[in-house]
Amino acid sequence: MDTDQLIRTLAADNGQRARPVGVMLALMLLTAAPVSIAIFFLILGVRPDIMTAMHNPFFDLKFVVTLALAISAITVSLHLSRPEASLRGWAWLLLIPAGILAAGIGSEMMLPQRLPMMTRLVGYNSRVCMSAIPLMSLPLLAGALIGLRRGAPTRPAVAGAIAGMLSAGLAATLYASHCADDSPLFVATWYSIATAAVAAVGALAGSRVLRF
Amino acid sequence: MREREDEWTGLMQLAISGDNAAYHRLLKAVTPVLRAAARRGLARAGQPVDQSEDIVQDILLAVHLKRHTWDVRAPFAPWLFAIARNKLIDALRRRGRRVFVNIDDFAETLPGEPAAETVPANEVTAQLQSLPVRQREVLQSIAVDSASIKDTAAKFAMSEGAVRVALHRALSNLTAKLREQ
Repeated sequence: MDTDQLIRTLAADNGQRARPVGVMLALMLLTAAPVSIAIFFLILGVRPDIMTAMHNPFFDLKFVVTLALAISAITVSLHLSRPEASLRGWAWLLLIPAGILAAGIGSEMMLPQRLPMMTRLVGYNSRVCMSAIPLMSLPLLAGALIGLRRGAPTRPAVAGAIAGMLSAGLAATLYASHCADDSPLFVATWYSIATAAVAAVGALAGSRVLRF
Repeated sequence: MREREDEWTGLMQLAISGDNAAYHRLLKAVTPVLRAAARRGLARAGQPVDQSEDIVQDILLAVHLKRHTWDVRAPFAPWLFAIARNKLIDALRRRGRRVFVNIDDFAETLPGEPAAETVPANEVTAQLQSLPVRQREVLQSIAVDSASIKDTAAKFAMSEGAVRVALHRALSNLTAKLREQ
């Protein structure tokens, strides 16, 4: 087939246009979310003292951090789905959750504490945290990658890593309502390790499936 | 050059709003620029330049299937060159070379350079055979026999909608197969 013939054919196909990447990403995340929520209720469930925990600002802060991570990673993912986009000028968005967390650690330091710092950092749940967040992330990551395949990221591994961060952010939001460790030190340590692991899986998968 | 790129942006805006003729003109207008860049990339990688048409077709297919990622308020040229550069790097890698592609390959205008001869492209033609029969028939009817969607529908006793769907699937499958090879 010569190029003129191809061009004529593409022009004839102009009526068929894909929906925006954002729509596809939203649909796929909504499809994957019930799977992650089911895993959550099957193996974890909400912590029994949730009604009192809600009055603890450090409990609430966990949701602010994880949702900030999810929202900024979704924004960056959609930006990177355009071929001419780069991380420059956008990467700082991903620092927002880290900044909130740092402020949380700072304010916890200024309050009198019942427990020593290392105890708060190590917590009671670190092993559950590090396995449950990645586990609940996987369906969301798969959904995010399918949605982002609509895009045209020229650095698919980077786009995949950010997709990993967004799914870890959403999974960590679920996990935060189970976890009895509310110290920002715990969150900064274990949630970050879990997020990094999911981001690594995302980068690996992204470099394969997000190429166009 | 600035003028040329503004014209492309205008044509692409028309194309997105459903103007097939504008889309046809746009693809015709960008092809020589893509071809020149592909030839330069191949030459620098020490590859025969007569493979440039495969790369041009690969880029055109990607432009077509990813055009929904272009922001209608943004200039078209940077988007186009990003897609083209990505495809050129891919093509050169597949040919076993790690090469750096200069973005200026695309942005430079070459007023003095004679239009390169159109050479036959083999990759798309070879992959045609692996398409499902109906998709291949529809694609060939429109591409090779220059039939309209309407005529193609009549020829195969299909609805026009079914022809459109088959054509689009054929193009998507073709692109996927080119990527996998």
